[in-house]
Amino acid sequence: MFRDRRTLLILFGLPVVQIILFGYALTNEVKNVNLVVVDHAKDYATQQIISRIQASSYFIMQPAVMNEEAMKTAFKAGKIRCAVVFPPGFYNDLLHTNKAQVQIIADASDPNTAKTVVSYLTAIIGKYQQQLNTGQPAIMQIQPELRMLYNPEMNGSMNFVPGVIALIFMIVCTTLTSVSVVKEKELGTMEILLVSPFKPVMVLIAKAFPYLVLSLLNFILILLLSVFLLDMPVRGNLLLLFAESTLFIITCLSLGLMISNITTSQQTAMLFSMMGMMLPTLLFTGFIFPLENMPVPLQVVSHIVPARWYYIIVKSVMLKGLGFSSVWKETCILLAMTVFLLVMSLKKFKIRLA
Amino acid sequence: MRTLKFLLQKEFRQAFRDKSIIVMIFAMPTIQLLIMPLAANFDVKHINLAVVDNDHSSYSRQLINKIASSGYFYITAAPASYKQALPFIEKEKADVIMEIPYGFERNLVKEGNQKIALNVDAINGTKAGLGGSYLTTVINDFSEQISLSWISPQKFNTTPVIDITCANWFNVRAEYKFFMVPAIMVLLLTMVGGFLAALNIVREKEIGTIEQINVTPVKKWQFILGKLIPFWIMGIIVFTIGLLIARFVYGIIPAGSIALLYLFAAVYLVAVLGFGLLISTYSNTQLQAMFVAFFFIMIFMLMSGLFTPVDSMPGWAKNIAYCTPVTHFIEVMRMIVLKGSGFDDVKQKLLYEIGFAVLLNGWAILNYRKTT
Repeated sequence: MFRDRRTLLILFGLPVVQIILFGYALTNEVKNVNLVVVDHAKDYATQQIISRIQASSYFIMQPAVMNEEAMKTAFKAGKIRCAVVFPPGFYNDLLHTNKAQVQIIADASDPNTAKTVVSYLTAIIGKYQQQLNTGQPAIMQIQPELRMLYNPEMNGSMNFVPGVIALIFMIVCTTLTSVSVVKEKELGTMEILLVSPFKPVMVLIAKAFPYLVLSLLNFILILLLSVFLLDMPVRGNLLLLFAESTLFIITCLSLGLMISNITTSQQTAMLFSMMGMMLPTLLFTGFIFPLENMPVPLQVVSHIVPARWYYIIVKSVMLKGLGFSSVWKETCILLAMTVFLLVMSLKKFKIRLA
Repeated sequence: MRTLKFLLQKEFRQAFRDKSIIVMIFAMPTIQLLIMPLAANFDVKHINLAVVDNDHSSYSRQLINKIASSGYFYITAAPASYKQALPFIEKEKADVIMEIPYGFERNLVKEGNQKIALNVDAINGTKAGLGGSYLTTVINDFSEQISLSWISPQKFNTTPVIDITCANWFNVRAEYKFFMVPAIMVLLLTMVGGFLAALNIVREKEIGTIEQINVTPVKKWQFILGKLIPFWIMGIIVFTIGLLIARFVYGIIPAGSIALLYLFAAVYLVAVLGFGLLISTYSNTQLQAMFVAFFFIMIFMLMSGLFTPVDSMPGWAKNIAYCTPVTHFIEVMRMIVLKGSGFDDVKQKLLYEIGFAVLLNGWAILNYRKTT
């Protein structure tokens, strides 16, 4: 295995680059939104609101346009994501009739951004209105105090890094082992192993073991990177985290063995373990899209994705600092999956022997 | 041209001989297009709330009812204390713990002012942020409502109110699938083009059949074209399947011109295929090619704005994102399909794609050696 330098380089380079890149770049937060103001009123109140919007770090103000047509063109060209329209006589209405209207138009081709932008703008305008009203004391005021547990700085990598770790292991380990057995089949060297006095179990263990060691080294590297570069805390027991990761790696390796036993060419094995695994893992681990939003049949499917359980374990142990007592259920599930996969691959392997 | 024709014949025969590859190429995109949009739903509307009510007063109950009926929250637990509530967050049975303090109603009536603690599981930033802000809005509504019941209506009328109306353009109900489906089609093209083309040449290298082609008078460009064209045709078929699924399953009818979509898809495919070829010229084994392709496709996928907004990335990451053909094509797909943008709006992006296509293919041809 060490003969193939390039694969080794990829094996270690890939996770490092991805953790760094995604740790810094991926965020679900919405900011730097291009916004345009269509101000038909141009009075004191609209100036006040506009300067507030400008002051917020979420928006980048584009040069004002005066007509709806220009606004529509800008939307279509993707130059703006959001527009605020003030009708003529905004402040007048506010002073004399106590009611003024403002319209927010959001580009909902990205629904998430649209919703967030509307809620930001509503908050800004609401604050302004509250300030107008400060003359009168509020009769009853409930003040919500938000406390962000586990992640007070709202560090986006908290959510993504455990997911990316699970994803990388799931794909790298599965592919490596799935290819290793099939390759020997393709090259014909499998026959030699089969006629030798080694037991099938031995052959399989020998196949998987070097990858286990490599993957563990990989895990240490990723962990170091996330702690020192991405400021991720390790709040729980490091030993537990390590043991759980070993278990997950073994699960993935067994899955790879299983795939390699049912496929006959490297190409199919790889397509199966990469193209076939990538999207389900990405989706059903739950680190990008919330699992509880999915239709029930898909939620059921998500239970058989090992990465899902590992993701919960990493979050609980690493970020929440919980002990084994809170993750024993997930551990058992991973363990059961591993045993099942290993037994299955052994069975298939014996069939090949005959 | 005749040489090319024979090469094409060879490629098609090989492709159709391997049933599993054909299934991969056509079934997988279909399945993914059917499942992904269902699964990929960002709507934050299922927020699980654990309520610790230390007051048990009429107001606290009213507040809890108001939250429960707001449609965003499920009240999953009502533990007796914060300490008992915390395990619900640890087990992910709850996203937020709301703690109503003892004397909530009394303080509100007597002092007109009461704090309320919201503890949010902030590991998932979006959910925490939106959940917190929804809850704050509901609570503010509630305080306004109970204030109203205490003051005379005339007095309340004197406060100025700004009435905010919102409009969702291009996707009136702000449905997530409209956002995902066009982008997933790009992803499928990328996988078909990038992965399969990368594997194809390396496979010939590994099996040794490439030597046989190298000793024939087949020219470099003929060989490369012979590899590109079959995959290009498959890509266009996959794209068509995608459009049909979008139309008949999701009811997405492109607002813009379909010809423009195909033009983009055609150019884009050439670019990704070039990318696949480039990888294959640099790798010796299928495993290497697959890993390199996987590495880049992961980056393309996660950086391209498929899932998370490109605008929110830091500057350097944005630059990387725009250095991939995927980002541009996803943007264009969304623009044409949802907003009905015309040629003028996207012509700059088209130039980018052509640039990528020329660059990647040129590089691949230069790097492909007939001798080893």
